[in-house]
Amino acid sequence: MSTQTLTPKLSTHDLNFYYGKFHALKNISLSIPSGKVTAFIGPSGCGKSTLLRTFNRMYELYPKLRAEGEIHLDGQNILDPSQDLNLLRARIGMVFQKPTPFPMSIYDNVAYGIKLYERLPKFEMDQRVEWALKKAALWNEVKDKLNQNGASLSGGQQQRLCIARGIAVKPDVLLLDEPCSALDPISTARIEELINELKSDYTIVIVTHNMQQAARVSDYTAYMYLGELIEYGDTDKIFTNPTRKETEDYITGKFG
Amino acid sequence: MSNFNNRRYMGRRLTNAFTIGLSVVTVVFALTFLVWILWTLFSNGLSYLSMDVFTKNTPPPGNSGGLLNAITGSLYMVTVATLIGTPIGIMAGTYLAEFGKDGWLAPATRFINDILLSAPSIVIGLFVYEVAVHRIGHFSGWAGAIALSLIVLPVVVRTTENMLQLVPSNLREAASALGSPQWKVVTMVVYRAARAGMLTGLLLAVARISGETAPLLFTALNNQFFSADLNGPMASLAVVIFQFAMSPYEDWQHLAWAGALLITLFVLGLNILARFVFRPGPASN
Ligand SMILES: Nc1ncnc2c1ncn2[C@@H]1O[C@H](COP(=O)(O)OP(=O)(O)OP(=O)(O)O)[C@@H](O)[C@H]1O
Ligand SMILES: [Mg+2]
Repeated sequence: MSTQTLTPKLSTHDLNFYYGKFHALKNISLSIPSGKVTAFIGPSGCGKSTLLRTFNRMYELYPKLRAEGEIHLDGQNILDPSQDLNLLRARIGMVFQKPTPFPMSIYDNVAYGIKLYERLPKFEMDQRVEWALKKAALWNEVKDKLNQNGASLSGGQQQRLCIARGIAVKPDVLLLDEPCSALDPISTARIEELINELKSDYTIVIVTHNMQQAARVSDYTAYMYLGELIEYGDTDKIFTNPTRKETEDYITGKFG
Repeated sequence: MSNFNNRRYMGRRLTNAFTIGLSVVTVVFALTFLVWILWTLFSNGLSYLSMDVFTKNTPPPGNSGGLLNAITGSLYMVTVATLIGTPIGIMAGTYLAEFGKDGWLAPATRFINDILLSAPSIVIGLFVYEVAVHRIGHFSGWAGAIALSLIVLPVVVRTTENMLQLVPSNLREAASALGSPQWKVVTMVVYRAARAGMLTGLLLAVARISGETAPLLFTALNNQFFSADLNGPMASLAVVIFQFAMSPYEDWQHLAWAGALLITLFVLGLNILARFVFRPGPASN
């Protein structure tokens, strides 16, 4: 696959994942290139979110969930228990399907993550918050109400606030789990534009149910089915000339 | 349509009318007693509620006086009890909801807390009498406050746990995803989301202990004089009402009515405040 020739940012090696006894990911090996957008597609329940959530070990918040195999971030195995979990998560931002503004002001929402790892003087903090909100294409809409509660924004604005919050800490990787599924077409277009802009600085992995979206925003696409990686490669190739019959059926809507 | 007249439909309408009727009757029944209680309190207590009640101490039999020492005694003990019970309760409730996911400690704590929650307050009074009053050798405000704090504690533990559980887990995930250690997730994000509910629980706990008599009879006892010394016996509204209402002296009985009205107004105020605090909405920040 062509992805193998690029520097991988993240790569999984024989990754298996279990929800208790349920085997949710089966021998996944793939490498996600640096500075590109990679999309995960596949029918509901195939394990896209599960895979995404192994990258920042989010599953460790819950008992009985377990990952086996290796995941490398810049060559280091992040599943190694000696890796500091919080430092790892600070390097990998995540945006969820439903917007999750914290119950605090817009400003504090963005500043929360920065304050965890950096002590900035007020002036620099203001600048950083402004920078993140600008990157997330939200600044113009909120610059006069930074002290308002984050929950007072519209759904699309809340989602962009969550993206701003994620990039404010300057992570290396941004994980997006169906970030647009609760949004109207205009907000969706906004966020897609944003993804295009952000990919020069970040490695982005996006889960989406929307084929057109995957085709529009991603450089590489992985098709998953029942916990297995069926096909992975150039987005253009996957959408125009897939190798596997299952992929073609899913993309053309014969199945799924 | 013809099926409006069919038997099943008529049957359902009847059941509906019957259920609504029954509900209305029970509501009226409950409200009658509530209004009756309030009416009795106001009609008997209001006329005795004078400035003296707030400025003079409890009188000897046959004299006129006020409830100053009882009011301040109650305030002291309720405040100290709340200050002891709240932090412990919040921390224990937080442990149950956030940290004790696996292991035996959380289920065991929860079970014991439920027992404490339903323990009759007289038993708690007796317990504090045995371990504090009896050993030290005299009644004291501290003993009263400790007994009250043991009543506050399980309420705060329970409401804290319940309110934290109501906070959606995706908020915790979002905060953790930024690399936030768990204690910061809890203190800076989850507490904020649960703040109104936790505060409501606390207010209701305070309302609950303001009227407790049994645990104070064994612990703080009573004091005819003004006292701000928690090391000695202390008066409280509840105990004074108990003593004065039972007495044959008219002045005392009048003060008991005034005191009963005061407690009721205080508890009512707390409940209204709790309602007000708990009202969610974008303005609730
Ligand atoms: N907490 C859980 N406990 C047990 N099984 C789970 C849990 N979460 C997910 N699963 C199972 O793991 C499988 C993969 O789920 P996952 O959420 O990763 O799917 P997905 O591809 O993201 O689906 P969707 O497109 O609907 O979001 C599913 O079969 C699901 O039932
Ligand atoms: Mg999913």
